[in-house]
Amino acid sequence: MKYRIDIAPRSGISGWYSAVIVLISLAAGLLAIGFIFLIKGVNPFYAIARIFSGSFGSFYGFKETVTKAIPLILIAGGLTVAYRGKFWNIGAESQLLAGAAAATWIALRWGGLLPGGTVIFLMFAGGFIGGALWGIIPAILRVRFGINEVISTLMLNYVGAEFIKMLVIGPWKGKTQFGFPYTDDFPDNAILSVLPGSRIHTITLILAVLAVVFLFFLIFRTRFGYEVRVIGENQEAAKYAGIDFVKTTVLMMMISGGLAGIAGVGEVAGIHHHLTYPESISSGYGFTAIIVAWLARLNPLLVIISGLFFAGILVGGDAIQISLNLPAATVDVFNGIILVFLIMGEYFQRNSISLIRKGE
Amino acid sequence: MHRIETLEMKGISKSFHGFYANKNINLKISSGEVLGLLGENGAGKTTLMNILYGLYRPDSGEILINGKAVRIKSPKDSMGSGIGMIHQHFMLVQNHTVAENIALGFTDVPFFFPEKYIRKKIHRISAQFGMEIDPDKKIWQLSAGEQQKVEILKALFLEAELLIMDEPTSVLTPQEADDLFDIIRKMTSGGHSIILISHKLDEIMGICNRVTVLRKGETVGEAFVRDIDKKELAIMMVGREVFLSFDKKPLPRGEMVLNVKDLVVYGDRGNKAVNSLSFSVYRNEVFGIAGVSGNGQRELVEAITGLRKASSGEIILEDDSITNESARVVNTRGITHVPEERIRFGIVPNLFIYENAILKKHHSHPFSRLLFLDYDMIKEHTENIVERYNIAAPSINVPVKSLSGGNIQKLIIGREIESKPALLVASHPTYGLDIGATEYIRKQILNRREEGGGVLLVSEDLEELFEICDRIAVIFKGQFMGVLSAGDSNIKDIGLMMTGSLKIETEQDGASDEV
Amino acid sequence: MEQIIISILKRTLIAGTPLLLGTVGEVITQRGGVMNLGIEGMMAVGAVSGFIVTFTTGNPWLGFFASLVIGALFSLIHGFVSITLKANQVVSGLALTMLGLGISGLWGKPYIGKPLAVKMGSVKIPFLSDIPYVGEIIFNQDPYFYISVFLGIAAWFVLFKTKAGIAVRTVGENPKAAETQGVNVSLIQYLCVMVGGAYSGLAGSHLSIAYSKSWIEGMTAGRGWIVVALTIFAMWDPRKAFAGAYIFGGIFVLQYLLQPLGISPNFLGMLPYLTTLAVLLVYGISKEGHRKMHAPAHLGEPYIRGER
Repeated sequence: MKYRIDIAPRSGISGWYSAVIVLISLAAGLLAIGFIFLIKGVNPFYAIARIFSGSFGSFYGFKETVTKAIPLILIAGGLTVAYRGKFWNIGAESQLLAGAAAATWIALRWGGLLPGGTVIFLMFAGGFIGGALWGIIPAILRVRFGINEVISTLMLNYVGAEFIKMLVIGPWKGKTQFGFPYTDDFPDNAILSVLPGSRIHTITLILAVLAVVFLFFLIFRTRFGYEVRVIGENQEAAKYAGIDFVKTTVLMMMISGGLAGIAGVGEVAGIHHHLTYPESISSGYGFTAIIVAWLARLNPLLVIISGLFFAGILVGGDAIQISLNLPAATVDVFNGIILVFLIMGEYFQRNSISLIRKGE
Repeated sequence: MHRIETLEMKGISKSFHGFYANKNINLKISSGEVLGLLGENGAGKTTLMNILYGLYRPDSGEILINGKAVRIKSPKDSMGSGIGMIHQHFMLVQNHTVAENIALGFTDVPFFFPEKYIRKKIHRISAQFGMEIDPDKKIWQLSAGEQQKVEILKALFLEAELLIMDEPTSVLTPQEADDLFDIIRKMTSGGHSIILISHKLDEIMGICNRVTVLRKGETVGEAFVRDIDKKELAIMMVGREVFLSFDKKPLPRGEMVLNVKDLVVYGDRGNKAVNSLSFSVYRNEVFGIAGVSGNGQRELVEAITGLRKASSGEIILEDDSITNESARVVNTRGITHVPEERIRFGIVPNLFIYENAILKKHHSHPFSRLLFLDYDMIKEHTENIVERYNIAAPSINVPVKSLSGGNIQKLIIGREIESKPALLVASHPTYGLDIGATEYIRKQILNRREEGGGVLLVSEDLEELFEICDRIAVIFKGQFMGVLSAGDSNIKDIGLMMTGSLKIETEQDGASDEV
Repeated sequence: MEQIIISILKRTLIAGTPLLLGTVGEVITQRGGVMNLGIEGMMAVGAVSGFIVTFTTGNPWLGFFASLVIGALFSLIHGFVSITLKANQVVSGLALTMLGLGISGLWGKPYIGKPLAVKMGSVKIPFLSDIPYVGEIIFNQDPYFYISVFLGIAAWFVLFKTKAGIAVRTVGENPKAAETQGVNVSLIQYLCVMVGGAYSGLAGSHLSIAYSKSWIEGMTAGRGWIVVALTIFAMWDPRKAFAGAYIFGGIFVLQYLLQPLGISPNFLGMLPYLTTLAVLLVYGISKEGHRKMHAPAHLGEPYIRGER
């Protein structure tokens, strides 16, 4: 008996089907990861269990997971808007830094002078604006000069990172930091309060949750969100419908960049209390957030779950690094494989594949 | 390879999704002949030629070369049998040189330094047929006529004996077209044969030896060109003695809704697509624009609906000028638009039906309040449209792409008519739809006419135009060849007008033709 | 002073070598219409595999070939996802980078801090290396340098002077035209991706078995992203890739040398990216400019047969 595989584009899929595919992709990804551990001579069940017990299994671990989820949720939330409009922003890493730098300037300049609440407010506002301005650049490059945003955001990541380095070893270098490449520590009223016994900076956490709820409504309930989705799905129809491509693109990158900027404020004001080298401040949140957004199927509310999941992998990665003597890069293996399997899973979402008995 | 002395297509049938594109077609061509293949768009000419070229496989029928049946399963087979095709849209790489484009498909080219070899051969072949082409020029530097010569060269390199040309003059200037005909004459005198797809009668009469006419997928006539005249051909192509049908309720013309004055619009290639057009559309009227596509219809519609800038002239809706206003403003003022290529322009396939039902209106009351969309209102509105326009949909909560073409078009028509626009602009509204959906859409357009709206209908389907229009303007190369109304004695000559062979002067907007 | 300049120029060529290899590889990949942003990952995998094989066999040439093969095989992941599954090439490339960095870290962990007994040493070209100045700079280099120059020229030759090159470029410009001329589009794209992977693998192993002789996690240090920039900077032309790679390599060398003169190393670090953006901007302003850039017209879009 001969069979052939019939592949046809699928029209319309249910949320359930979509969820099942994502779960199967995740499971397949974990299987592949396990296989890699096996080659390394590490018991895969043990390693994977260790990762999740390290991040979700203990109170301490979970607190760390939440801490790392904050920037991921903020950034990935912003990315859902840009990606819905098919604007491939991969520059969140430096948009985060722009926000961090803006907040640092405000904290060091005004920190001691203004009341605490005002300073914090200004820092968040400044961080949003910083990230938004940095995010608008690629939007303008795209709509005015036709420059591919993947390339421009990628380039700007490095420009931004080098610029921050220049600041922290140059003009902004702290006088009280014993020669380390740090700015001075923020004054107390410019430091975010944390949940006792953790590093969870509450305000940013609340902002992150509010942001994704806001984004959910923005995307699915407002005129702007509607226009973003129409542009993303069919640019010709958007033109036909009289939607302003330039305005909408700039706005969506303001939101995407601005939220990354807020994440940056949280990192400097909540965790480090000063600005320092980019790799210390971000540890790749801008890139990890891409997977977070992807796993959430560009749904802002689901970003909370996928953000926690990947924050858990970051924290669990630290845990096995110590207990199994594995390198820090193990986390990248996780992220990379899961992302590969997610995009492979999408194929099954776009196409229905069936085995058909050959009957010629 | 052997010469193609004769090529025959016998009993060719091909259907797509139960719809016959070709039905039992016969065709024959001999060495040294130019065979014209005449028919309106959708008559099945291109399908037939794609079968001959191996892009499609016929459901039944056979192809005989020199009396022997051959199997053509892919372009490779047809090239191997000496058949070449020049597509209407050139298959050229814009950023590559002429030589590179030719080298790609040419099997005998050496692996190293292919261009050197090709260059020599280009000079030889092009001299033979009187085509001067610089092999080192990039394609984008060439005019359309020169690009076409590159396509011809490509075929000649592969030693094509029979060349299929799909509307070769549609992109050419008259001078370039004359050059092309010279080349064709040189080729046929050397024993090549040519199948020329066209709907320009002058061309057929001027260059072809014989002509085969297709209509709705079937052969309706065959003749030697010397035995037939243009009028007869036009009638064959269009299908019958034509007259405006009077099934629709006669209505007195209402007030003027659209007034276009001396409109000039340029096309994407910088060509003057709409050349100083003036006309008016009235309430209670369907104003049709007939013509072969590519004669400025798209640019005209885009200029009226705010999607393209007019370079001069004026467009007046009721009493206000809407010249070069944005699509949104035009829409708000009261012009709605059923676009051509409905999937590409008219809908967002992945969004839900209800989201598509408000496209263009999403920003305005009652769907949008402040910055928010009122989804309850939107869904109610969508349910209304779905019910009122008989749209077969499992629910309004599914992506619109899961609907059939007919239902998608009903949704678009419903969306555009529901707001009772002063003017409805519809481009090819029934193209590719089944009979049921077609009738339905036409009825909706007539309803709009009875309700007091004006309709501008662009169509290539003469039957459709005759059935629902009050007046029909025939467009050719951006100008009207005449504006016809019921009872006009010139209607029988519409085929001649569409093909640019006849121009009649009518009074401005045919004001004398009150129904 | 003379010695310093010679040394700077020599080190510039060394620093430019992995950039050249990576860029030429990516030029080939992108000319075939596939954008692979996973170079950083492919380089890392190449670096670690080259190192491990050299470390265990003691033969750097085996390491050389191992990195080439592993690089090509690793790039197949991107090929499969973007060509066969027609998925988003940007995301797939990013995934490849993460995966490559991760796997290299995992594999290389036991080798951290263990230098090679032998590394790929310099090879003096007889006679030529005796030419004053030039001989020392150009003809007394490690084999990677000579090979990279050869591979760069070979890539240019194949792309622009052979029939295969025409097929590759046509696939990147207009896959449909290629297909009507009997070209197997997927096959060409797979080959381009794998060749790009092999070049990147070599670029990586240059770092671990010729440039230095040890494995350090993350030793690719962003070179993969510079390559992405360089591919544009070079306007998809291997010849210009030479210029770009050595200019950017020179910036690497000068980064810390110029610091005493008050030139910020970070500013120099930004330069590759800023210049690439500037190039894009200058050419992006006009339609003519877009054309002159030679960006493959179908770059980054999956080709689906039968679609218009």
